[in-house]
Amino acid sequence: MHEIYNLVTGPLAWLAWGIFIVGSIYRLAIMYILAKKKDAPSLAYMSWGFSLRSIINWLIPFNALGWRRNPLMTVATFAFHICLVVAPIFLLAHVALWDQFFGITYPVLDEKVTDIMTMIVVAACLIFAARRIFQKEVRYVSGFQDWLILVIAVLPFATGLLAYYQLGNYQVMIVLHILSGEIMLAAIPFTRLSHMLFSVFTRSYMGSEFGGVRRVKDW
Amino acid sequence: MLHPASSWDWQPGERVVLDSTGCPAPHEWQEEPYVAPDGETFGAAVRLEDGLFTMCVNGVPWEASFDKLWHPRFGPDGRLIAIVQQDGEWTLAVNGEVWPETYAFMWTPLFSLDGAVIATAIQQDGRYGLCVDGTPWDTLYENANEFSLSRDGQASAAVVQTQSLAAADIAAFQRGVFSVAVNGQVWDKTFVNAWTPTFDAAGQRVAAQVRLSLYDYSIAVDGELWKQNYACVWEPRFNPASGAVVAPVRIAGSWGLAQDGQIIWEPVFAQCWQQDFSRDGKTIGAIVATGYGKFTVAVNAKPWSATFPVVTDLVLSADGKRAAALANEYNANWRVVVDGQAWNGLFDMAWKPVFSPDGLHVAAKVEKRNRQTVLLDGKPYKRDFEQVWEPSFSPDGAKVLIRARDGGKYLRIVAQATDF
Amino acid sequence: MGIKDRLIEDVGLREGVKRLTEDKIEQVVQTVLKGETGARLAAYSEICMRCGLCSEACHFYLSHDGDPSYSPVGKVQQTMAVLLKKKGRVSPDFIYGMAQIAYTECNLCRRCVHFCPVGIDTGYIMSTVRRICHKLGVTPQYIQDTAHSHSATFNQMWVKEDEWTDSLQWQEDEAREEFPGLRIPLDKEGADIYYSVIAPEPKFRTQLIYQAAAIMNAAGADWTMPSEPGWDNSDMCMFTGDFEMMGRLKRKHFESAQKLKVKRIVMGECGHAFRSVYDMGNRWVAWKMYPVPVIHSIEFFWELMKQGKIKLAKKYPGPVTVHDPCNVVRGRGHHEKLRELVRFLVDGPIIETASNREHNICCTAGGGVINCGPPFKNVRLDGSKAKAEELRATGVKTIVAPCHNCHGGLEDTVHRYKLDMHIKFLGDIIYECMEKPS
Ligand code: SF4
Ligand code: SF4
Repeated sequence: MHEIYNLVTGPLAWLAWGIFIVGSIYRLAIMYILAKKKDAPSLAYMSWGFSLRSIINWLIPFNALGWRRNPLMTVATFAFHICLVVAPIFLLAHVALWDQFFGITYPVLDEKVTDIMTMIVVAACLIFAARRIFQKEVRYVSGFQDWLILVIAVLPFATGLLAYYQLGNYQVMIVLHILSGEIMLAAIPFTRLSHMLFSVFTRSYMGSEFGGVRRVKDW
Repeated sequence: MLHPASSWDWQPGERVVLDSTGCPAPHEWQEEPYVAPDGETFGAAVRLEDGLFTMCVNGVPWEASFDKLWHPRFGPDGRLIAIVQQDGEWTLAVNGEVWPETYAFMWTPLFSLDGAVIATAIQQDGRYGLCVDGTPWDTLYENANEFSLSRDGQASAAVVQTQSLAAADIAAFQRGVFSVAVNGQVWDKTFVNAWTPTFDAAGQRVAAQVRLSLYDYSIAVDGELWKQNYACVWEPRFNPASGAVVAPVRIAGSWGLAQDGQIIWEPVFAQCWQQDFSRDGKTIGAIVATGYGKFTVAVNAKPWSATFPVVTDLVLSADGKRAAALANEYNANWRVVVDGQAWNGLFDMAWKPVFSPDGLHVAAKVEKRNRQTVLLDGKPYKRDFEQVWEPSFSPDGAKVLIRARDGGKYLRIVAQATDF
Repeated sequence: MGIKDRLIEDVGLREGVKRLTEDKIEQVVQTVLKGETGARLAAYSEICMRCGLCSEACHFYLSHDGDPSYSPVGKVQQTMAVLLKKKGRVSPDFIYGMAQIAYTECNLCRRCVHFCPVGIDTGYIMSTVRRICHKLGVTPQYIQDTAHSHSATFNQMWVKEDEWTDSLQWQEDEAREEFPGLRIPLDKEGADIYYSVIAPEPKFRTQLIYQAAAIMNAAGADWTMPSEPGWDNSDMCMFTGDFEMMGRLKRKHFESAQKLKVKRIVMGECGHAFRSVYDMGNRWVAWKMYPVPVIHSIEFFWELMKQGKIKLAKKYPGPVTVHDPCNVVRGRGHHEKLRELVRFLVDGPIIETASNREHNICCTAGGGVINCGPPFKNVRLDGSKAKAEELRATGVKTIVAPCHNCHGGLEDTVHRYKLDMHIKFLGDIIYECMEKPS
């Protein structure tokens, strides 16, 4: 068990971060080159101001028409994304690891808070899954990729919870937790999770077209 | 030429041709004025008090008047034409005399280079074609458009529809029912579409853009196709010296120039059109876009470094050593750009630049705040006017003819370089 | 559920797919995907989360009781997603359904943009599907016929050159009876305004030319209309996917205006043509914006109102509701000007539909859908139920709709859903209410 733990916290962690960072840069660079070559009529309209305008307006819950018409999804989506990003970064156990390996420390969130946040992520995933099963317009368009990324996203949090509450074998859980976290990182550039990389640009583009050319809001 | 520029009055100075541009005969209203190339005649359509129309020329109305009258224009030889209707039939009035032939409709008058020959588009009994000096083509067609007259006026051409199409018969259309008729005689081949038939310098050959299917474009010369097809093409032009046909072609999303089916300008431009030749055919210029939204002029495939949102009205000097064009920012801030260098000054509008015959000077009409003037080599004439017409050079290139209207008067000015 | 259950016979689609083989389809799809699309489509297809949030945006989905195969992402799922997944190797039958979806079940209205968090433009994806259909030769008969007309005559209704000028002179004559001295100046170089229309005006709705001339005359405008081709600003080639012709039409239109040295183009009450001049056609030509400014009638009339150049003898009796045409409102933000103008013209309030301004619901005629003609009329009207309900809820009798397609579409909708409403162009109202010589 110890070797496995060392493996996942050592070489595999490096590998996952490596794939995530190098992969992301690679994907972004390739996409940019493609855009330069093929999408000149789109790039020509990109504007910082309208990009930011669009991003900010979409980051306000219930601001966009789409959010307003889908209240449950709005709550779930915002809660999910906030918790997904914040909880792992400010979790005591994670910060302790940064300290242990690199001597980096920074403030942590109360364990109770991160605990709830983790549960929120898992709950949101359950909502997403329920929509994929029960809501026909979502079911109609759901495929393997969609389930895959949902599983990839929920696993680190579910296993984290199980480990935290010492449900099941703690050693196994913690290894699974770390491993699934690494899978998620490595999957970002190469699955639909890449929306983390690209949606800022698609959003910016839509904002620029709607703001600069069409003179209306895109939210 | 019946009345070449060399026979015009080139005595420097300003002459008031008309003290009053208003027609002295009683009339309900007077329309936009036109002036002859030599600047000696000023004409405008007027509606007389009896509800009929005529042209008032240097203050004297034509003897004849008409139920309707439109498209008054001066030809290169100074004759004044207008399309007129009498008793429901249309014809052309030339200096007040009408052609004996009449038609159900008439439009798009075309002049030969010297103005001696006039052709117009006609419709008679639902059939379409051209008439030349009043005489219709032997064969008229279901439809005709894209009319063209050779420089010497001896040949005329149009795109014609060779058979009727039932409503929404898309299959028949795609089999091709359009072709080019030259002097009324249609080519053997038909096409999905044909556009911009154009004559060579001698008026012997005709080239046109054609679409062979909804997707394949090419150039047809005297009915024969180039061997290559393209994603798109624009207007072909004959090289005045060699007789080769040159057209912009689109390959893999970019534009270049092809000559007789062979690429002569690599397709590297986002746009390329309005190619023009020097007299010896050795220099080709065209309006190009070097990137998205970046328009300029390329001479022998080499683009100017300055680019603009919009470029129009390219003209090469006869010797091909110089090129001039207009640039603007979406119809505002017009500039005259000569040899890649924009002249000082931004204008509300500018007109096609004119080279002197020796190519040493360039003149252009410009407008700013509703006042118009003429620039010579970048410098404005000493005063401006309500309206000026496009300038022309004396044959020796030393003088510029300015035709102007201001304060109710019509003036004819022969200006020298020192006046600018 | 899906397009297979609702295929409609159309000669253009049927004859088109008959000519296809899987090899040919694969080759064409690959050419378009490799040659013409880029990062935009790649990103859209990769990051669409299949969340279905866009469903609620689409009137086709709303009008079909939430049938998921009509949602924006549902339509992508049945078209582009399959092409991408199978790398273009699909059957001719698949192409039939794909074309029907792209041409008749999406108005390219872009309402779904307001619903998609990651910024996907389903209208663009559907346009690209149409582009592929055009390249495959599978387009609905009637809209293809208008595209043919464009290519042969530079207008969408086979109007011949003499018919055009003759219509103008005829309207000028008629209007001169009512407004002595009125002119429709032809080919007047240097005019402030080049007035451009779409071909249905000289063909069927000549009174619109009459009204425009009356308004220009009353406003003392320095204007002109061209006698030669280029006068039609419309562009069905943009909607069939024939982008080469779209570019050719725009070149003709703008060169016609440039040749006349006008300051700007004012266009009649048309929506799609507006999209073509600033958003699509100009781009194919490589002009970043329209080379000659194009002012939509809404803005032009609004200007006249602001300058006090429209003098009303009376106001039009309200209340009214306003239909926002997608291409001038979501496309160009003219909604407030439209309302200011309507308030000026109408005596009584504007009763808004539930979805208004840039969030409007499309009339279901736009994007070339109405131009696909009789075979698809019922589909179109089924799709406009959501719009009809919003209109009914206003309880008013008059819909102001400053767009030809919207006008035609809403007339059908009003009829089908027994709404007991009538539809007005701004020009209709201005003409009716303006001061006229007694
Ligand atoms: S563009 Fe309009 S019609 Fe098309 S899917 Fe989106 S909302 Fe529906
Ligand atoms: S809202 Fe956007 S991301 Fe969600 S399914 Fe629709 S297009 Fe895809």
